[in-house]
Amino acid sequence: MEPTFLQTFLNVDIMKEVGPYILTGLLTTLKLSALVIPLGMASGLLLALLGFVANNRLVRALLVVYIDFFRAFPPLVLLMFIYTGFPYLGIELTPLQAVALGFMLNNSSYFGEIFRAGLESVPHGQFEAARSTGLSAWQTLVHIAIPQAVRNVAPDLVSNMIEVVKLTTIASVVALPEMLYAARTAQSMLYNPTPIVFAAGVYLALLWPFVILLGRLEKRQRLRMGASF
Amino acid sequence: MDIDRLIFTFFNAEVAKQYLPQVLEGAWVTILLGLAVIGAGLAGGLLLAFLRSFRIRALNFFIVGFVDIMRALPPLVLIILFYYALPSIGVSLSAFAATWLALALVLAAFSEEIFWSGIASLPYGQVEASRSTGMSHTQTMIYIVLPQACKMMIAPLTNRVIATVKGTAYGSVAALNEILNQATSATSFAGNPTPLTLGAIGYLLIFIPVVVAGRMVEKRYGNARKRV
Repeated sequence: MEPTFLQTFLNVDIMKEVGPYILTGLLTTLKLSALVIPLGMASGLLLALLGFVANNRLVRALLVVYIDFFRAFPPLVLLMFIYTGFPYLGIELTPLQAVALGFMLNNSSYFGEIFRAGLESVPHGQFEAARSTGLSAWQTLVHIAIPQAVRNVAPDLVSNMIEVVKLTTIASVVALPEMLYAARTAQSMLYNPTPIVFAAGVYLALLWPFVILLGRLEKRQRLRMGASF
Repeated sequence: MDIDRLIFTFFNAEVAKQYLPQVLEGAWVTILLGLAVIGAGLAGGLLLAFLRSFRIRALNFFIVGFVDIMRALPPLVLIILFYYALPSIGVSLSAFAATWLALALVLAAFSEEIFWSGIASLPYGQVEASRSTGMSHTQTMIYIVLPQACKMMIAPLTNRVIATVKGTAYGSVAALNEILNQATSATSFAGNPTPLTLGAIGYLLIFIPVVVAGRMVEKRYGNARKRV
């Protein structure tokens, strides 16, 4: 008998069978995100601050080159380059190390660009006012500039975090057992696409709330700038 | 680590010469796929934003739902769904078609959102004024709203196009013969990762001009988020 659509795509028995396996993958996806997002944000902020405080044109130019280089480099290509290329030099990396390195290079450029725009959006008077109250340059950055910068680019930060979580799926290509990897393994063992549909559903459940939150943040920012709706 | 070994490993002229044609073949596929994704994605996004501007409740519910889903799903998951799952119900897409469809849908969703916020960013009086001169809704959109909104949309659109088109490399997972796939198979044939270097250079040659152009556009038209 020909299997029905539901038996093929949303087979309940298969879901029960592979559910725990895929949820283990989800846990790895979450852990991986919890590792690479802070790493990328911290290194991005560092780059942005470096560009912001440096009066040196060379430093700024190098930063732009770095950021544009990694924005132009597809992350999957970068990961493959690190994971399959480095061993030829005798540098063997585990999948996790390769993913962490690739993500840090890629994310630092994206987060760096966002933080740069944020810092530049803080009016100059804020710095002068803060310094004139006796705050040091460092205190001005930490207590005055960075909080305002973060608020001004909050939608971009949220948007990029969502992108990074989605991007963790490329770790499946180097056999890091995150959720997509788990789903693909289950699919090829069972000859049924239900695990992939299941994983897609989990990604949706995980990220949809953040997409809605992002929509609200974007709308609020739009309205603050005088949009009509 | 000595420099000779580095050059021999990643910049091996002999290997490069042998495998350059293969990587170039991949570059051709990447460029074609990229252009097809940009064309379909932007057209789809503009159409959806235009439909949304009619403010028909039931319709907008579906548009917003589609956009949110496509923004939440990882593109690689979509490609794998289209390529590995659809054949189970008798719909077989080629690797090219599956990758194209997935990326075009994602770009359509993201660009709809950008077009829409561009449209929404104009004071509503503009729409009312042009409607009161006797223009239809469509005319208002084409002659009044979109030209003014264009300035705001161009920088985020460029960024999103770059981000989506870089996803053409995901096609390698569906065994599409684009740059990355050609480069990795050549690497294992040659026992030397120089083809990967060639592939990386290929991507950079394609994307760096776009990234730099995007930066210039952003500087020229300013950024929507920037306030004084």
